Amino acid sequence: MQYYQLPRFGRNAWIIWYRNLLVWRKLIGPALVLHFGEPLIYLFGLGFGLGILVGEVEGMTYLTFLASGLVASSAMMTASLEGTYSVFTRMVPQKTYSAILATPIEVDDIMAGELLWCATKALFSGTAIIIVAALLGAVESWTAVFAIPIVFLSALCFTGPAIVIASMSPSYDYFNYYFTLAVTPMFVLCGVFYPVSTLPDLMQSLVYLFPLTHAVELIRPLIAGTELQNASLHVLVIVGYALVFYYISVVMVRKKLVV
Amino acid sequence: MKANQRPVIVASKLSKYFGVKQVVSDIDFEVIEGKCFGFLGPNGAGKTTTLRMIQGISPLSSGQLHVFGQPLPEAGKFIRSRLGIVPQEDNLDPDFTVIQNLRMYGTYFGVSKTVLEKRIYELLEFMHLEDRANEKPDQLSGGMKRRLTIARALVNDPELIVLDEPTTGLDPQVRHTIWAKLRELMQQGKSILMTTHYMDEAERLCDELIIMDQGKILDHGAPSDIVTRHVEKHVVEIRGDFSVIIKTLENLVDTRLEKYGDTLFCYADQTGEILDLLSDQTELNTISRPCNLEDVFLTMTGRELRE
Repeated sequence: MQYYQLPRFGRNAWIIWYRNLLVWRKLIGPALVLHFGEPLIYLFGLGFGLGILVGEVEGMTYLTFLASGLVASSAMMTASLEGTYSVFTRMVPQKTYSAILATPIEVDDIMAGELLWCATKALFSGTAIIIVAALLGAVESWTAVFAIPIVFLSALCFTGPAIVIASMSPSYDYFNYYFTLAVTPMFVLCGVFYPVSTLPDLMQSLVYLFPLTHAVELIRPLIAGTELQNASLHVLVIVGYALVFYYISVVMVRKKLVV
Repeated sequence: MKANQRPVIVASKLSKYFGVKQVVSDIDFEVIEGKCFGFLGPNGAGKTTTLRMIQGISPLSSGQLHVFGQPLPEAGKFIRSRLGIVPQEDNLDPDFTVIQNLRMYGTYFGVSKTVLEKRIYELLEFMHLEDRANEKPDQLSGGMKRRLTIARALVNDPELIVLDEPTTGLDPQVRHTIWAKLRELMQQGKSILMTTHYMDEAERLCDELIIMDQGKILDHGAPSDIVTRHVEKHVVEIRGDFSVIIKTLENLVDTRLEKYGDTLFCYADQTGEILDLLSDQTELNTISRPCNLEDVFLTMTGRELRE
């Protein structure tokens, strides 16, 4: 059955990516406020405020610890929001995809374009946080530049599940299930705000099933200038999530649009 | 008349199921190049599904479908590159202005930049949208949106234009403008395939018609031939309390009576006798007119309400 074919990647994906970039550019003002304002508030408020109480964590200032965690979680948040709300808007109420499918562009192109776009948007927000963190003196090493491609890669793995949710939901309200049951737990439990090692043993093994834990453990050392451990394992988990959920999302959207 | 009789679409034994429900049942038809071809039918007749199969975005359940001599679904991409599709519902990109909508759509087709810019200006002019080029779709009236959607469908200079109920919900002036534009496109040699449930639209535009209901083709031919085939030459519509004369009317030879709602339709080739009978029934409201597609349509598909 053609619904289950492996997704194709073609040049047309970049046309979809370009469409989304053009729309984003029209709203660059509010986007910049979000990308730079949010981390500034988090880092000032939590980083300095909590930082006084916490002192050093894992051999780095709390500001650095928090900033590096937020870079990783922003990859998740940005990709999840874009993959649910924005993709749903284009797929259902706006019927943008129906209009595009009347041209030589196919479902696989749209999906590949959305995947690239969601990750690109996460790249913008992750980079903005790194810039803000650097200005606050929280970036300890030039290796932080390597965190940028990791943000892109991590966002790829969060885009798939988000699009799966968008394709299943009858309306925006249903995204709450996903955000409350998956995104928020990851945000709170996966080492963004405190080291995973402080969790009970059982919880520790559990959080390593979540991709955000692996994204944090890749990004934090690059920003803090500490030693990167088990890098290939972390990359493997993230790539695994990305491939599996991207495939599922493409199948789901094909079934929704090609009937 | 164009001498060319090359078919642009050939469908044979085409069927579509959604689950166990058959929405298109074994239909055969050909659309000839340079002609306007219409699907006429009530809601749920299978018209839109047939159009979606022609676009290659709805897989065929069985049968064959060739467009421009190429098979579907295999050649979907090639076929769509030469089609212009005007959907029933508005799906213009709300984030872009009129001109950006056209530009982006041209990019989806891979039209080169220089060709595209020239074509966009021609299309804006053709659809009288020059003054609106920098407005967003939200700021346009229903008629302007539809004109923009048609302009958008022409951005790849298609050979065949497919329109799904192009004038539904539009006011009479706009409908006439759109009909004039479609006739102009036909003069340029483009083929047109459209669905409609407006009889006047079908009679004005279509060279050939298919009447569809519940997934099946009921009849097929030129609009005037279909009318001659299925109904008498004239009809007298009677409204009011016609119970007093209904018996007399029933006894007339060569007169067919049908009652729909509060109206009695008397079909006959010669209506002299009917009109004589009615001349002293001054309290009845009567209209005498030649039969048209509407009578065919109602006679063939029944007059119960369709949702």
